[in-house]
Amino acid sequence: MKMMNCKDATRLMSERYERTLSLRERLALKVHTAMCRGCSNYGLHLDVLRLAARRLREGCEGGER
Amino acid sequence: MSKAGAQAAAPPWDDASISAIRRDMLRFARMQLRDSGAAEDMVQEALMAAMRSAKSFAGRSAFKTWMFAILRNKIVDHIRASSREICSSDLVGSSDLDAGLEEFDVLFKQGGHWNPDDRPATWSDPEAAFEQDAFWQVFDLCMNKLPEHIARVYTMRELLELETAEICAELGITPNNCFVILHRARLGLRECLENRWFQGESR
Repeated sequence: MKMMNCKDATRLMSERYERTLSLRERLALKVHTAMCRGCSNYGLHLDVLRLAARRLREGCEGGER
Repeated sequence: MSKAGAQAAAPPWDDASISAIRRDMLRFARMQLRDSGAAEDMVQEALMAAMRSAKSFAGRSAFKTWMFAILRNKIVDHIRASSREICSSDLVGSSDLDAGLEEFDVLFKQGGHWNPDDRPATWSDPEAAFEQDAFWQVFDLCMNKLPEHIARVYTMRELLELETAEICAELGITPNNCFVILHRARLGLRECLENRWFQGESR
């Protein structure tokens, strides 16, 4: 199996919000992010984007509490 | 109904809280519509619908959440009604799609690994950032920097919570196209937030 690069890893990290990744994809992603600090940060940042969207949706962004 | 009874059920209608909520609703609507006129109309309609209904609320945040739910439904209706006009001609077939791709390709070196300058850094305390109005101004700016067709798909997915299948159907694009657009939106938004907010913060 060819080693995954960051470009592919970021694409899969986005797609896992949209579809179920295959076992092979999940494994390759896991191996890659374990070795790559940039991509493991990227995965965390996508969760932050999700949380930010939820705040916006619910009308509870800051600046008024 | 007695006057006292009506007042007890009344939501917090005072001018200051309404104008604050209105401002946030406008920001939410503008992110998705990019047409100030349509956004204003939508917010106005949502406010009027809310005022017609005599619901009572435990507090201001419950009231605000409810207002946003009304606004969201209005925007979804608007998108569904106008999807035949915007649709695929804007999205596929236009060279925009490829232009967007090249822009994000520069984040990676040949071989597909991060450029040292673009490699995602550690973000300190995003939850604290959410509490600051300045953060949301940056977020707004970063959304506006995304190419319009990318922002549209992203907001349909993340702010309106439509399923990918529905977005594809509304816009007449393939699921794969949709995935690619959402991926670009996330790449672009993340990069912008890091450069304009989190980087300055951590250094």
